[in-house]
Amino acid sequence: MIKKFTLRINKKTYTVEADENMPLLWVLRDVLDLKGTKYGCGVGSCGACTVHLNGIAVRSCQLPISSLANQNITTIEGLAEKGDHPVQKAWLDLDVAQCGYCQAGQIMSAAALLKSNPRPSEEDIDNFMSGNICRCGTYTRIKKAIQQAAAKK
Amino acid sequence: MKKTENTYSRRSFLKVSSLTGGGFMLGISWMASAKPEEKLAVMEVEPIWQELTSYIKITPENVIKIYSPNPEFGQNVMTSMPMLIAEELDVDFKSIIVEQASYNPALFNRQFTGGSQSIRSAWKLLRTAGASARQMILTAASQAWNVPVSELTTSKGQVKHASSGKTGSYGSFSTAASKLPVPKDIVLKANKGFRLLGTPQKNVEGTKIVHGKPLFGMDYTEAGMLIAMTERPPAFGMRLKSFDATAAKKMPGIVDVFTIQVYEPNQKLAMFDTRSFNEVIAVVGKTTWDVMNARKKLNVVWENAPETKEIVNNRETIVPGGLESSAKHYADMLAMDKKPGRVERKDGEPEKAFEAAKHIIERTYTAPFLAHNIMEPTNTFAHFQGNKVRFVAPIQGPDFIANTIATRLGIPKENIEINLARMGGGFGRRAYGHYMVEAALISKQANAPIKLVYSREDDVSGGIYRPTYQLTYRAAFDENKRLTAIHIKGGGIPESPLHANRFPAGALDNYLAESWSIPSNITIGAFRAPRSNFNAAAEQSFLDEISEYMGKDPIAFRLELLQRAKDKPVGKNNDYDASRYMGVLELVRDKSGWGKPENANKKRGVAAYFCHNSYAAQVIDLHVKDGQVIVDHVISAVDCGVVVNPEGAKNMAEGAAIDGIGNALFGNLTFTEGRTDQKNFDTYRMIRHHEAPKKIDVHFVANEVDPTGLGEPPFPPIFGAMANAIYQATGKRLYKQPFGNQIG
Repeated sequence: MIKKFTLRINKKTYTVEADENMPLLWVLRDVLDLKGTKYGCGVGSCGACTVHLNGIAVRSCQLPISSLANQNITTIEGLAEKGDHPVQKAWLDLDVAQCGYCQAGQIMSAAALLKSNPRPSEEDIDNFMSGNICRCGTYTRIKKAIQQAAAKK
Repeated sequence: MKKTENTYSRRSFLKVSSLTGGGFMLGISWMASAKPEEKLAVMEVEPIWQELTSYIKITPENVIKIYSPNPEFGQNVMTSMPMLIAEELDVDFKSIIVEQASYNPALFNRQFTGGSQSIRSAWKLLRTAGASARQMILTAASQAWNVPVSELTTSKGQVKHASSGKTGSYGSFSTAASKLPVPKDIVLKANKGFRLLGTPQKNVEGTKIVHGKPLFGMDYTEAGMLIAMTERPPAFGMRLKSFDATAAKKMPGIVDVFTIQVYEPNQKLAMFDTRSFNEVIAVVGKTTWDVMNARKKLNVVWENAPETKEIVNNRETIVPGGLESSAKHYADMLAMDKKPGRVERKDGEPEKAFEAAKHIIERTYTAPFLAHNIMEPTNTFAHFQGNKVRFVAPIQGPDFIANTIATRLGIPKENIEINLARMGGGFGRRAYGHYMVEAALISKQANAPIKLVYSREDDVSGGIYRPTYQLTYRAAFDENKRLTAIHIKGGGIPESPLHANRFPAGALDNYLAESWSIPSNITIGAFRAPRSNFNAAAEQSFLDEISEYMGKDPIAFRLELLQRAKDKPVGKNNDYDASRYMGVLELVRDKSGWGKPENANKKRGVAAYFCHNSYAAQVIDLHVKDGQVIVDHVISAVDCGVVVNPEGAKNMAEGAAIDGIGNALFGNLTFTEGRTDQKNFDTYRMIRHHEAPKKIDVHFVANEVDPTGLGEPPFPPIFGAMANAIYQATGKRLYKQPFGNQIG
């Protein structure tokens, strides 16, 4: 059913009319034109659509819009006002990306990891990041970038 | 993959066109590079771009823009190709704007991403473009200052005249320079004079990627654009019988539902025209979610398709009917091994050598179909209007599909505009542009701009896979365990992987290579290092096993064979350079400390391979814990000639290692009654963070050979190095990919 929803995304308030089951992913991409959050699988298995819900990493393809009232949503566009989050800086410093498609999701997962665990071990990184797929194979650079961002925090 | 000849002589960049300002600038401002945009932003009027060759534009204010001609899918050509131009143009790489060129064969040479050939084929051409523009600026400066060109020097976009002390920016001469003819005799820098090439330069789109900017085809949108998806048969060997869209059309946001025929009956097809299903149902609506939901309400009757014939590359090709299954595929391939194959190469008297052999080792290797799993699912924007069509497309080979689009839509090729979007991966999948034909047909029928989107399930189950392959290797030995002959027989569904003229051909007096194939209705296509990605696994595992039988060190044994191929090659068509092959093996041996006492306890395997004009060798160290392979270290040695951008090159070789390990351990697409058993990442196993190697080191052979391929060559040997290292760790030789479920 089409209903009206109020969403709080990147510290801005949006009013959206949409099907109550529409996942946040498609609200972001097709309704609000926030294209940084990527569609990869639609079943919560690849992590390309990772956003923060009250600071916690979640898969936006699995979150119906009706479940999001009064929640703080952060997307890659709002991770840092100037785009200079320590994770983003480390990603650039180590030139992590190849095709780049999965990287917004990787960065959002990494930022959430460091928020809850500022000094993660290699195993912590492996465990936390294992939901984010990269076919280009940038995993070793991603790990280094997370360690670098952690060291500078 | 298609071999492409060098076309330096074409000099297509010389065709300076006055149309370029309008023609290929359109539609790409949304993905223009950011760096010196501040400079442009403060200009009160539209910048006036003076064109110096089709690759370079400069404003009088000295804003310098370089067009990167080839489609970018993560191989970083958008950085490395402009570097070639900037080196000879003599500008500061960090202060230029790099922009993705649109498809325009009149202005740009070989706009194809595939076969690891972008840098190789552009090496002289793009440097010549840069040097030509610099020469034009020098000529303009010499005329303005009335001094000889020989007294002028350049540095970072400035011209200097030492004796008078005059300096002027490239921009200040750009208007005059743009009116000059493009010079004919250009001398390029000697390699030792490079200042930019060989230095690490960051991805020119890196900042946009980490900020989540809309760079990809999937991100494109414009006013009035609708979303389209297609419903295809659920199995290979099926086709549409009838459908009822009444319920689907009543779903929210749905605009139209109709069928399209991707190609006309009997349309002559080319190599990259492959599509899996010809008649599909298009669902067009307002949002992706609307369309996904409406697809579920379609009431479709599918039926088994009969055998059909197609004309591909002017050859009649049979597409069999029937619903295929993996179990039968493997049984059929084994049966083919018992029959004589097509002889592809024969040196000496291999049959006699096998008759006289005191010992024969025979091993059969297999690998499954693989899906590309490009992270950005297939998509394209198309707007068909009148007799024109405009695309924003993630496409590796725009020139291939442009011909097909023109034929299918009945419009002139010049009326096709293709803006090249950054691709979220390609790996060969996006060389097949049928989705652009589909998008154009849907836009035409819906009479609206549309973006065609495939779901992940559409992509995984929709075809154009790496084929399933089998290779049987036989080696004959005399009473002294000396190798006297090798016999290779290989095939696949529906193509053979065999490269008959590759190593170890040329190193053996007696050698026989045979191939076979089994037709199928499952569609296949290029997949990172086509055929090589399987051949390397089989060949390098076999060489490892026979070296063990002969009591030889696996690297020393390979070097011995290569030395023979170098000193006294057998046959004339050996398509590798034995010296460069040896070079990567020696480098990886030295860098890995192979055979050193301190590494005696490591479980390590080695492999080397040649493909796409380059050489790669790897040593992999691993251990097994709780039935899982843990890769501790990958040491990679690559000879791709001159390395243009070392950091980007290193990233590419690291990625090839991880991608290779993932596919070797887990990659597996299986079929039951024509349907793929895997549909999405919950069932198709991809390598994940915790399975990546703990450490990767990449070493490049330093030489002055003109660049050869890099995207593909470091990928194939990984499969062999994995098999050989797993054997060292478990005592078990593995012959059937994927290896991951055979460890415990």
